[in-house]
Amino acid sequence: MTDFLNDWGLTLVTFVPLIGALVMMAVPAAEEKMLKQLALLSSLVAMVIGGLLMLDFDYGNAGALQYVVDARWIEVINSRYILGLDGISLPLMALTLVVVPLCVVYSWDHIPEPGNPKAFFILILILETGMVGTFVAQDLILFFVFFEVVLLPMFFMIAVWGGENRRYASIKFFLFTLFGSALMLLSFLALFFLSTDPATGESLRTFDMRALTDVAGAGILGATQVWIFAGMFIGFGVKVPMFPFHTWLPDAHTEAPTVGSVILAAVLLKLGTYGFVRIAVPMLPEGAEAWAPWIGLLAVIGIIYGALGCLAQTDMKRLIAFSSVAHMGFVMLGIATLTDFGINAAIFGMVAHGIITGMLFFLAGSVKERYHTLEIRRLGGMLVQAPRMGWILGFCSMASLGLPGLAGFWGEFPAILSAYSPAEGLPVETFRTYMVVAAVGTVLAAGYLLWLLQRTAMGAPRDEFADSDDIVDVTRLEWIAWAPLLVGIILFGVAPGLIFDVTDPAVVGLLASGG
Amino acid sequence: MGLTATTIAALAADEPVAYGASSVESAGFFLDYAWLIPLLPALSFAGILLFGKRMRRQGSELGIAAVAGSFVLAVGAVITWIGHRDDAHEGVQAVHRSVGWLRSGGVEYDAGILLDGLSVMMLFVVTAVSLLVHVYSTDYVAGDARYTHFFAFLSLFTAAMLFFVLSDNLLQMIVGWELVGVCSFVLIGHWWEHKENSDAALKAFFTNRVGDIGLLVGVSILFFAAGGTFDTLTLSERINAGEVSHTALVAASLCLLAAVMSKSGQFILHTWLPDAMAGPTPVSALIHAATMVVAGIYMVARLYPVFWEGMSIGGSSINVLALVGAVTLLFGGMLAFTQNDIKKVLAYSTVSQLGYMVMALGVGAWTAAMFHLFTHAFFKACLFLGSGSVSHAVHSFDMKTDMGGLRKVMPHTYRTFLVATIALMGLPPLAGFWSKDEILAGTGGWGLFGGTDANGNYTLMLVMGMVGAAVTAAYMTRVVYLTFFGTYRGHGHPHESGPRILGPLYVLAFFAVVAGLFNMPKGFQLWPAAWQERFGHYVEPVAAYFPAIGHAKPSWSLAIVSTLVALTGAGLAWRYYFKGVQSRSEAAAEPLTEIPDGPVSRGGLPKAVHTTLVNKYYFDHLYTDVIVKAVKGPLAKATYWSNQRIIDGVVNEAGRQSVAAGRAVYDHIDQTLIDRVIVDGSGRASDASGEGLRQMQTGKVQQYAAILFAAATVLAGVFILVLSL
Repeated sequence: MTDFLNDWGLTLVTFVPLIGALVMMAVPAAEEKMLKQLALLSSLVAMVIGGLLMLDFDYGNAGALQYVVDARWIEVINSRYILGLDGISLPLMALTLVVVPLCVVYSWDHIPEPGNPKAFFILILILETGMVGTFVAQDLILFFVFFEVVLLPMFFMIAVWGGENRRYASIKFFLFTLFGSALMLLSFLALFFLSTDPATGESLRTFDMRALTDVAGAGILGATQVWIFAGMFIGFGVKVPMFPFHTWLPDAHTEAPTVGSVILAAVLLKLGTYGFVRIAVPMLPEGAEAWAPWIGLLAVIGIIYGALGCLAQTDMKRLIAFSSVAHMGFVMLGIATLTDFGINAAIFGMVAHGIITGMLFFLAGSVKERYHTLEIRRLGGMLVQAPRMGWILGFCSMASLGLPGLAGFWGEFPAILSAYSPAEGLPVETFRTYMVVAAVGTVLAAGYLLWLLQRTAMGAPRDEFADSDDIVDVTRLEWIAWAPLLVGIILFGVAPGLIFDVTDPAVVGLLASGG
Repeated sequence: MGLTATTIAALAADEPVAYGASSVESAGFFLDYAWLIPLLPALSFAGILLFGKRMRRQGSELGIAAVAGSFVLAVGAVITWIGHRDDAHEGVQAVHRSVGWLRSGGVEYDAGILLDGLSVMMLFVVTAVSLLVHVYSTDYVAGDARYTHFFAFLSLFTAAMLFFVLSDNLLQMIVGWELVGVCSFVLIGHWWEHKENSDAALKAFFTNRVGDIGLLVGVSILFFAAGGTFDTLTLSERINAGEVSHTALVAASLCLLAAVMSKSGQFILHTWLPDAMAGPTPVSALIHAATMVVAGIYMVARLYPVFWEGMSIGGSSINVLALVGAVTLLFGGMLAFTQNDIKKVLAYSTVSQLGYMVMALGVGAWTAAMFHLFTHAFFKACLFLGSGSVSHAVHSFDMKTDMGGLRKVMPHTYRTFLVATIALMGLPPLAGFWSKDEILAGTGGWGLFGGTDANGNYTLMLVMGMVGAAVTAAYMTRVVYLTFFGTYRGHGHPHESGPRILGPLYVLAFFAVVAGLFNMPKGFQLWPAAWQERFGHYVEPVAAYFPAIGHAKPSWSLAIVSTLVALTGAGLAWRYYFKGVQSRSEAAAEPLTEIPDGPVSRGGLPKAVHTTLVNKYYFDHLYTDVIVKAVKGPLAKATYWSNQRIIDGVVNEAGRQSVAAGRAVYDHIDQTLIDRVIVDGSGRASDASGEGLRQMQTGKVQQYAAILFAAATVLAGVFILVLSL
């Protein structure tokens, strides 16, 4: 079993969804039920394999890559098929593998307009392959391919199943990300050409992320590193998204169908932050050091700016979308400190934000389905008409504003804490200022989330919905889709060690090789 | 006795740690297993939420059983601790049990419980008051639409506070701190159908969130200043050993003070507390007596070395902590005068009494502060529950329009309320007298009253505390008059409450009488010497984790003067209400709401003062109408406007320009130059161009993508050029 997992585990977990998608293509579109079952089955198989990998994972050695596969791929550019899983990849892979089946379950009975479950589920599965692949790829070209694979399915998901303004939103999403990708690819090429082996002084000419992490930018001048880092900064920063590259996000979220938003928030945004942690920071330590204060600055601007943006929203879904800008600000602040504490917090923040905001988008979808609107002014009294849903909204709002004891806190507070004492060489006073600003952001977060809660859940139902039959409490399907996320919010909040203990050795290792 | 290498090593090791020599072995069941105390109500929260509706008493029985269990365990812990303390001759170590919680940066951070006199005392107070509140609620909240839900959160509230009290490290404290806050949010907003209730709940949460900025920043500072530890004992010992930078402690203590100000309702972050009366009365009692608001006091007491050093309490005559407390106790008390809502009077009274505690901590009278917390918990809970009993009968909280003369119809409520009132006024020999007197002695002000051996010379605090005592006595006299004397002004026929309401009242009134006996001053001839200062003996830590504070000698003269001051306050109010208002009301044969309001109605300074007080010093206007409104309105809107117009404007313009550039390239270079000039311009080519243009205009994404990719390629060229330079 272990041998099999070692050789095939990561490949399978990555490509099972794709295989499922291929099989589904062969099934006629009329066989809706079978198609749904196939989609669910593929995502569940991937989840089971992922589960086996996690069970078999050597947690005592979480800092090292495990289940490594290293095979020939594109020889002409010396790019290889390398996969591997360590403590940084593992939580994010797990997040993806859990969220996708839940999305399939949630969509079971409500494929958004204009229908066509076949195409919809195929896209979800392709997305899954791209996302999992990004988290386990250990070769820059392979990483890039997976990173880009994600783009098209999400584009179509927004463009076909989206809301009224879907065309603008989808193109904006696509172009923005593509624009970043182009620069990112250039930076990868620069790494390929410029990295040298510190022992021999020879050019490495490799895309192997392990080797590039080991040499940690050796042979690349500091000034050059700054430029290469800038390319990645834009590439990953657009995906995160960091202020001021964030404007595609509210539009994409507002227009995307519910599960599109869930996947976008839960996983897609993490590809960017993951890129910073996995590639940009360890491979270009000097570039990272030069950019860190700026990343920190943009991060705290994002925190405040995103929160203020939220306060101005009149649409529930758009509000949640804007809150991502603020939350990802905390993640980026953690990364910008370049400390183990901060990066651990960032990874925790990614997972926590994935679960919590994913859950909030699910809720927004269900609200829309019941009220046929997300305009906050028109909502109200959800606690009267759908009490359980109202309480779940309250619970998720609390989680989202970083209530200690729930998952969100462990991404936020350690990031704030680490900003008090950033890595050596970074301006301490600057980061301490960031710390205070970020702490102020937590107040604003309480503001927009609780006002949202007050206006939508509390009070009496509006007249127009008072007698509506559409407004029912949480359905069974919704419970199935939501329960794992709700449990996760509590579990990781109470026992943060579940994630910290896994990521810490890997983070410490990454920083050590960089320093 | 500094921090020994072995304790650090033991801390780093991944095994349960016993701190100090006396507690390596088992400290007895009740201390070793004290984590059960918060766990029971936490489980009952889950149980009530899941199964409460199906239970015969809708979950309340589970809540009561759990809290009763916690209470028994807490009493066990108290008894065990007393034995523990008696066994130790030189100082006594805290009992500390912990397990690994999370790792970061290769360091393991623990979660655990910390038991010493302080936490054990709090366990007793919290469980006792909570149990009584639970029993009381079965009657008071009976018939409420969300009865089950109410009990579930009552349980969680209790659990959160107990968890907070037992925390052995700062991280855990933050968790408990916030959980208490969120429970109060839910309970204050229990009747969320009405906007003013949900507004009050939100206000409480926001205000606390503002203070939490201080908490988060303060804990961060402490963590690094103390060499990377969250552990309370390690932190405290390092501070006491002088290993921690003074500057960092100054900053940290100021930050934490902000958190205390919000949680414990200190000026200028006190405004949420009176509004929190929107919650059901039992919740108010719980919040204001034993849980939420004393969390701030408890934190200062728990992290006392931080404040002791950071505020330079010893040998001084003023510091921020003491000043905040003194200002709060005086100005908070004055606000109680103009309130007509009985619960709001009590709320401001709480603000004021918490001010006493903060001031006491500020002047170094640690034990006095804790003792006041202890006595106050009982008499204030009694007062709140008593006001609930009254409102249960008259269906209102307004003393002026709906109460009066109730002593005849509600004799039990009246008696217990009166006892608690006298305790709050600080008149001997009831509980409040002893604890308040200790605080005043602890200021060490003037030395005139023999205030020797105090930690400083806080004369200003003594004066403000004295005036505060008079104010307290006066506003409570007013409450008693308006509620229980004069003629009944409400409607309907009020009646005495049932046994489940009166029972807790009598228990609390009993404690309001006797709680003071636990800490009879040393040298007090009327009390056996062996029973003097027992509270201080068992509660105040004598260990390396506690600073070496001085203990003021009690003073007869001070006790007499402060009693006279309180009596004067009460007497003036008695003269004004029992004599003046009563006789004017009788003479006019009108209820007191109809007669002119004495000096206030005559204008001038009294009127101005009255208006200021009615408007609560205009803090609410400043916060709600100025700050919050500005952030929610113009600031948020401006941000969003800039997002849509400026940032997105740039993005959209860039998109438009790229398309235009692409079109130009396509038209002039591709189609004209290459196609027509270089390649032979055939009919087919021009067809394709028409088709291509049309596609472009309809916005086919591939075209946009291609164009953008082209733009990126150009950028890439620049990029490579720069790199190769």
